Amino acid sequence: MSAVRVVIVDDHAMFRSGVRAELGDAVVVLGEAADVEAAVAVVLQTAPDVVLLDVHLPGGGGVEVIARCQARGSQARFLALSVSDAAQDVIGVIRAGARGYVTKTITGPELVAAIARVADDDAVFSPRLAGFVLDAFAGQEPVPGAGRQAIDPELDRLSTREREVMRLIARGYAYKEVAKELFISVKTVETHVSAVLRKLQLSSRHELTRWAADRRLL
Amino acid sequence: MSLPTAPAPLRRPTHGRLLGGVASGLADHLGVDVLWVRLAFALLSGLSAFGVVLYGALWIFTPVTRADDEPAGLAAAARTGRRPRSSLARGDLGQLVALGAIGLGLVLLLARTRWGVPARLLVPALIASAGLALIWTQADATDRDRLASTSWLASLGTGRSRLLNAARLVGGLALVVTGLVVFSLSSSRPSALGETLLVLLVVVVGAALVVGPLLWRLVRQVDTERRQRMLSQQQADVAAHLHDSVLQTLALIQRKAADPRAVVALARAQERDLRGWLYGADEDAAASIGAALEQAAAEVEQAHGVPVEVVAVGDAPLDDDGSALVRAAREAMVNAARHAQAPVVDVYAECADGAVEVFVRDRGVGFDPTAVPADRMGLRGSVVGRVERHGGTAVVRSAPGEGTEVRLRMTLRRPVEGAQR
Repeated sequence: MSAVRVVIVDDHAMFRSGVRAELGDAVVVLGEAADVEAAVAVVLQTAPDVVLLDVHLPGGGGVEVIARCQARGSQARFLALSVSDAAQDVIGVIRAGARGYVTKTITGPELVAAIARVADDDAVFSPRLAGFVLDAFAGQEPVPGAGRQAIDPELDRLSTREREVMRLIARGYAYKEVAKELFISVKTVETHVSAVLRKLQLSSRHELTRWAADRRLL
Repeated sequence: MSLPTAPAPLRRPTHGRLLGGVASGLADHLGVDVLWVRLAFALLSGLSAFGVVLYGALWIFTPVTRADDEPAGLAAAARTGRRPRSSLARGDLGQLVALGAIGLGLVLLLARTRWGVPARLLVPALIASAGLALIWTQADATDRDRLASTSWLASLGTGRSRLLNAARLVGGLALVVTGLVVFSLSSSRPSALGETLLVLLVVVVGAALVVGPLLWRLVRQVDTERRQRMLSQQQADVAAHLHDSVLQTLALIQRKAADPRAVVALARAQERDLRGWLYGADEDAAASIGAALEQAAAEVEQAHGVPVEVVAVGDAPLDDDGSALVRAAREAMVNAARHAQAPVVDVYAECADGAVEVFVRDRGVGFDPTAVPADRMGLRGSVVGRVERHGGTAVVRSAPGEGTEVRLRMTLRRPVEGAQR
């Protein structure tokens, strides 16, 4: 398989060069950009497999980059990378279409693995994102037999298995370890995680967009 | 559906709003879906335009969400345009049109019956309220930009936006005047005295409606300036504190450059400090289990130079049992940091359904729990024992080469409010 082609979008030049150095020969870096305009231009011009995208970016943030690239037919996949940890912004980028979220403190090999995963069209959930997801879907234990009558209630809650997978990821388990723990294949874990990503992107629960404000004591 | 126990304060958000953000603010406050609130306003509009009046009143008296309601880092990112700005999606616009049509249709329908508002009043009222909406939207826009410029004359903006704002103001005025003129023309009375009085009344009301926003804006401005003074003092204090701590850390890092572990620990501690201020809420470690765990993790990290990542889902007030749980978790973190030789320790806490679960996990050397070495006695005594004394359970799972996971679970004596959903 040929090396994954990547574009790095971040408004800090020091961080970009740091990531470039850490990625080394594992991927091909096609270009860099520091703001939304430049990012859209580079992505459309070079057509990379994966875009490493900062959540906060001059010109409207990572959300804007994803929206504009996809509106103009880009097939690139986006992996959000942020130092902010602000749940509402991270969820916002995921809902805009990013296939995963990792924090900037991630190590080089882990980042390479995450990029490969996103390039394969799988989702990348860091422990923190898994925590956000569990928080966002909190109190939505599936009720057997209930539902059906709403438009698509399945989108608004996690299945028991998906919840188990999310909890293990939040506990720091890698996909492989999750698979071993639940006696399922890594492929199945990936399927569950992708399903959760889809729900996160499509769910109409308005808590998802404003849940951060309520994140107080139960 | 689940209700948050502490309702969000009634504020008009600038994100995801159709008109003035009244409905979305109210929906957040009441914890219901915004569509229902909007529909309610549209239906109420049928009752002699009651919904419109109610909406207008709430619009005036509900403050917008201010930038300083958000953590400093997010507010700064928003100000510099590094976060998505509020904008109307096309679907939202469709919803606005649909809701408007429902409301208008109801009003017109009722106007045909004897309960409704006669068209003689209705048409000018509609024209005038459109004008007022225009004027007030502008008052709102300047309210938002207040941080940038303090004078409301200057807040008309520059260049194109000034032109736009002026056009909005003039257009609004014209609509209001038209509405009032149409009203006074269509309601001609035989009595001259009545007519004079009516015209007088119309002029006074019109003037009050138009000047209202300006006066209101002045009142708001005084309030904002007071807030700003307080805010800038606070910011100066915090900036001083941050600069002190960051400079201190940088100096320490230079002096300890030969010791990578110390440098990492210093950088992590500083990162945690900054992150808490920039993106976190002000959390009191004594108040909640999540905050107490964060603090314990920070202390362990500082003392042993191993990063401890905490992910918390839900939270609960810190009582005696909770404190014991946190102390046990802290002991587990210390054990992992001291003996596991792992690069990082993961902590996951979940408060749900009246119970708290904490997992402390490392990918370190691990050990055989059936042959507990002497130096692991701490795990049995201070972790397992401590939790069991408070009615909880503790399970240690480990195998040589596979890392260790300590799983703590405790039922909260005081039932967690809102957990039974």
